[in-house]
Amino acid sequence: MATLEIHDLHVSVDTENGPKEILRGVDLTIAGGQTHAIMGPNGSGKSTLAYSIAGHPKYNVTSGSVTLDGEDVLDMKVDERARAGLFLAMQYPVEVPGVSVSNFLRTAKTAIDGEAPKLRTWVKDVNKALSDLDMDPDFGTRNVNEGFSGGEKKRHEIVQLELLDPKIAILDETDSGLDIDALKIVSTGVNRFAEKGDKGVLLITHYTRILRYIKPDFVHVFVDGRVAEEGGHELADELEDNGYERFLKTGAKA
Amino acid sequence: MSATETLVATGNQGHSHGPGSPVPLQARNERTTSYDVADFPVPNGREEEWRFTPVKALKALFADEAGTETVKPDVQAPVGVVVETVAPDAVKAGKPQDRIAAVAWNHAEKATAVRIPAEAELSEAIHVNIAGLGGRGFGHLVIEAGRHSRGTVIVDHTGAGELASNVEIVVGDGAELRVVSIQQGDTDSIHVAQHDAVVGRDAKLNHVAVTLGGKVVRLSTNVRYSGPGGDAELLGVYFAESGQHHENRLFVDHEAINCKSNVLYKGALAGDHARSVWIGDVLIRAAAEGTNTFELNRNLVLTDGARADSVPNLEIETGEIEGAGHASATGRFDDEQLFYLQARGIPEDEARRLVVSGFFNDIIGKIGVPEVAEHLHEVIEQKLARTAALTEATNV
Repeated sequence: MATLEIHDLHVSVDTENGPKEILRGVDLTIAGGQTHAIMGPNGSGKSTLAYSIAGHPKYNVTSGSVTLDGEDVLDMKVDERARAGLFLAMQYPVEVPGVSVSNFLRTAKTAIDGEAPKLRTWVKDVNKALSDLDMDPDFGTRNVNEGFSGGEKKRHEIVQLELLDPKIAILDETDSGLDIDALKIVSTGVNRFAEKGDKGVLLITHYTRILRYIKPDFVHVFVDGRVAEEGGHELADELEDNGYERFLKTGAKA
Repeated sequence: MSATETLVATGNQGHSHGPGSPVPLQARNERTTSYDVADFPVPNGREEEWRFTPVKALKALFADEAGTETVKPDVQAPVGVVVETVAPDAVKAGKPQDRIAAVAWNHAEKATAVRIPAEAELSEAIHVNIAGLGGRGFGHLVIEAGRHSRGTVIVDHTGAGELASNVEIVVGDGAELRVVSIQQGDTDSIHVAQHDAVVGRDAKLNHVAVTLGGKVVRLSTNVRYSGPGGDAELLGVYFAESGQHHENRLFVDHEAINCKSNVLYKGALAGDHARSVWIGDVLIRAAAEGTNTFELNRNLVLTDGARADSVPNLEIETGEIEGAGHASATGRFDDEQLFYLQARGIPEDEARRLVVSGFFNDIIGKIGVPEVAEHLHEVIEQKLARTAALTEATNV
């Protein structure tokens, strides 16, 4: 069973005034078959957690550990983490001018699988993934994320999730900036992925809206760089009603 | 209508000219042009037209002396094309605009003329191969496309030594001519050339400058129009590595009405003292109503220690134009693009290759000559492999 284990993770970034600690001891275990939601106010370190797991060079892990099925993730390069089975759907997907979506997807799939996908089934798979996310097959010929609307970028992330088929998917505010139709399409895509079985999902969100479509097994409230409270789906309902105020009053600053 | 976009470099020493840089003291059409070497003093490197150029490396070419080897172009042309030797002043599409062009004009004894007859439509490209043997040589090439003809000429410069040459291009009325000039001399080679093109009525010129090798390469490309409705597309690709200087100076002189020009140059730089210079001058004279012009230069700085200068200049003497604009941007390799691709499992060196080939993709697509596009892809791959080795060595 796929397991991502995060233990006592401390992460800082470099600022003009020296290093600033953003994550202050995060403990979290995501097992295959589980969907976890991380919720929290702005600036609580949710995205930092996502990017640190993926290995963005901006974030320095000062202590703690991250393992995937017992393998040390922090010791891997960014691309090795992806090949080990981690996937990060980004909040702000990056434009890559001159590189077509189909070339990008094929190159990524080849890298993840260690061999080129079979041409005939691959084209079918790509077209299906695009149409499942309500994207025109023409997207294949467009440059990666270039000129895409905000919603198209997010749907393109989920297309990649479905095609690359990782063990653990981290979705960083995939719901932000989506209208209700796009939110449903994206959520359906994530559920389709989760239902494949031994898949872990870590859903990072500021809002409870997406949790109407993706039901988390566990909800973690993130405040000031660590998990402040954990619970089941009912915790999300409480946040829906009361917001984050209760957590901010207990001394943490957003 | 006018559009101006200037993106300032994100690199440490990328861009020497931003908004507010001084306008050249001299209007572009007031520059000296002459067949007489004596009209051009030996430059000291502070002159406007030489200030970006490593003049010390060009010392031998400033001397008003005969060359040490004869430049003999090897021309392979389809049946019907006329290849002959003519007197240097047979065509006079251009006039030397700097000392080296004047020296080359006077010391190239004969010019090689390649003529596409009127109304001929060539299905194969004409190849002109010029290989340097290691000495100092002066070349003079004339390319003429007759009325309503269509053709492609690929001029390939290889080998060693110092070459200074003049290339005169005449595109007859209604003709369509594509000229690709490839500079890929040996590491220590020097290539300085002036290309002058005259575009006829309703004619179209595609001029492509591809610079891949040589210690110093300086190309000055000038275009003017001899009738209305002319169209010039000027494309350039360069990739400067350690110690290489790749310079492109363009001047589009709009005097006829309803003419178009589109300039697109893209370059990558990698390694210590890799240097590129791009000067894009466009002059729209008072008579040139209905002009439509755009010029764009983009540079991708792949490593520390490289420098790109980019200076677009637009002089407009009439308001009755279709459009005029320019843009220039020099940027460092974008680490966020690298992260995005790597986060999808693509190894770093392959991700770099994807980003750089993506950068060049649109311009390579526009070159329109498959053999040149293929060659470019190959050479860029080789250069990126060298760059990767370089980056790895410094990271360890």
